[in-house]
Amino acid sequence: MNTGIQTEHLAYQYPGVDNTPGVAVFEDLNISIAEGSFVAILGSNGCGKSTLAKHFNAILLPSGGKVYVCGMDTAKEDRIIPIRRNVGMVFQNPDNQIVANVVEEDVAFGPENLGIASPMIRKRVDEALKQVDMYQYREHAPHLLSGGQKQRVAIAGVIAMEPKFIVLDEPTAMLDPKGRREVMQTVSRLNREKGITVVLITHHMDEAAMAQRVVVLHKGQVALDGSPKEVFSQVEVLHGIGLAAPETVELCNDLNHQGFDLPLDCLNAEECAQAIYDMLQTRGQED
Amino acid sequence: MASIIEVKNLRHVYSAGTPFEHVALEDVSFTVERGEFIGIIGHTGSGKSTLMQHLNGLLRPTSGTVLLDGKDIWTDKATTRQSRFRVGLVFQYPEYQLFEETVYKDISFGPKNMGLDEQEVDRRVRQTAELVGLTPEQLEASPFELSGGQKRRVAIAGVIAMEPEVLILDEPTAGLDPSGRAEVLGNIEAYRKAKNATIMMVSHSMTDVARLTQRLLVMNGSHLAMDGTPREVFARAQELVDMGLDIPEITRVFLKLKELGLPVEPVYTNEQAVAQLTALRGGVIHA
Repeated sequence: MNTGIQTEHLAYQYPGVDNTPGVAVFEDLNISIAEGSFVAILGSNGCGKSTLAKHFNAILLPSGGKVYVCGMDTAKEDRIIPIRRNVGMVFQNPDNQIVANVVEEDVAFGPENLGIASPMIRKRVDEALKQVDMYQYREHAPHLLSGGQKQRVAIAGVIAMEPKFIVLDEPTAMLDPKGRREVMQTVSRLNREKGITVVLITHHMDEAAMAQRVVVLHKGQVALDGSPKEVFSQVEVLHGIGLAAPETVELCNDLNHQGFDLPLDCLNAEECAQAIYDMLQTRGQED
Repeated sequence: MASIIEVKNLRHVYSAGTPFEHVALEDVSFTVERGEFIGIIGHTGSGKSTLMQHLNGLLRPTSGTVLLDGKDIWTDKATTRQSRFRVGLVFQYPEYQLFEETVYKDISFGPKNMGLDEQEVDRRVRQTAELVGLTPEQLEASPFELSGGQKRRVAIAGVIAMEPEVLILDEPTAGLDPSGRAEVLGNIEAYRKAKNATIMMVSHSMTDVARLTQRLLVMNGSHLAMDGTPREVFARAQELVDMGLDIPEITRVFLKLKELGLPVEPVYTNEQAVAQLTALRGGVIHA
């Protein structure tokens, strides 16, 4: 297969200090990300989520096994530039990712580094800013923007390089609810309308519920893998590894412990309310 | 209950007299009782952090007063210094401030600075470590060998060991997985109970503040927009959304149920939701 991202028997060990052995994060991890998909990766702190993300654009190289991006082996040095061009990364803290004093210059930084001609850069920057809905702020100073706006500028900087993949490592951890909504809407639109493959690492279950596929990592292994509905209905498994289901599923689960019989795959308030309502109605008729 | 903090007509202007002049707080007044657990919510830039930094004298009001136990904290140098020990502040991502060789030394830094004798410092370090769930062996470890959640707890322990009467935390659970979040929130509640301490917690998680606090302060555009119980505040759902905030998902489910025609009252925690729905179904299983 020549598209997407694959890890084959991925092993990774952080280098140790003073000749002591380092921490082994993965021993044999096999994950495949299909091109055009929207995949959320969940896991408790220290399960290897961020380490995995850094393998996707060759910031880290495997200690064993292989990682392929569009068929390119990340361990081959001459492939690093095309790989980084194809896989854009967005990190947690927007303040650490902004390099210029003007929004549009910041977005232009990536394409400039790729050696693209100026008129083309202009076009890409404008388009990228429009896509994240920040075009009207193009001449603003980034440090005066809100957290959600800064994070959208960081995303514009990545999409101006026209990557096939965007890997976001907890992009909303430092944002307020409005900032979170803005970033999540942007990410999901880029996937839907532009066909960009999205890998989203998050601790927010409601964000993961927006993906097409959810992969749960635990101790360097895939613990659960499936659609949001399939994964989140495994409430007990999630609790067992220090995670939780979205709040609506947790509510249905709590109610089931009190003798209710509700489905565990309601991922939003509307579905959840409808399921509760339907159950109470049927019960009313039985009585 | 006796009031511990009184904020009267607080106003703060950054960079006054320059083109960057910015009014961060305007006419903010409220009283905090001893032993209360208060949540502070508001969008990025609403003035939450500026407000917090006034409560232990890190920032001086442009006008208005902050009283601690009835006395202006800016009365004289000694009072200001005392207020910094009596009101403990935990910043965002406090683990970035860990610096000592061992966990023990890091936690003892604050109490030592207070001029306490060695025995008392030792008692506080050990008692605090127990409260936040650190083993005696972990006290001898380097803080940098711990997991993300553990580091966060060490950093919070460093402030708790000063035994502040008021503990203020800025997003203490940001970036933690669900079990890490539950542990940190549990530690905070345990400290409140053990010392009848007052807690003020800034959070973007409506679910966390709904579950733990008895009262919410809502900041919006430099003003104190709301001050009430979670029930009172979350009843004003639309206003919160307009301010860039949110309501807990559970509250949303119940608004929907009401829309569907069920006789339910607004709720904001799972316990309340389960109680109402079990009653509604007519008959508690384990009654």
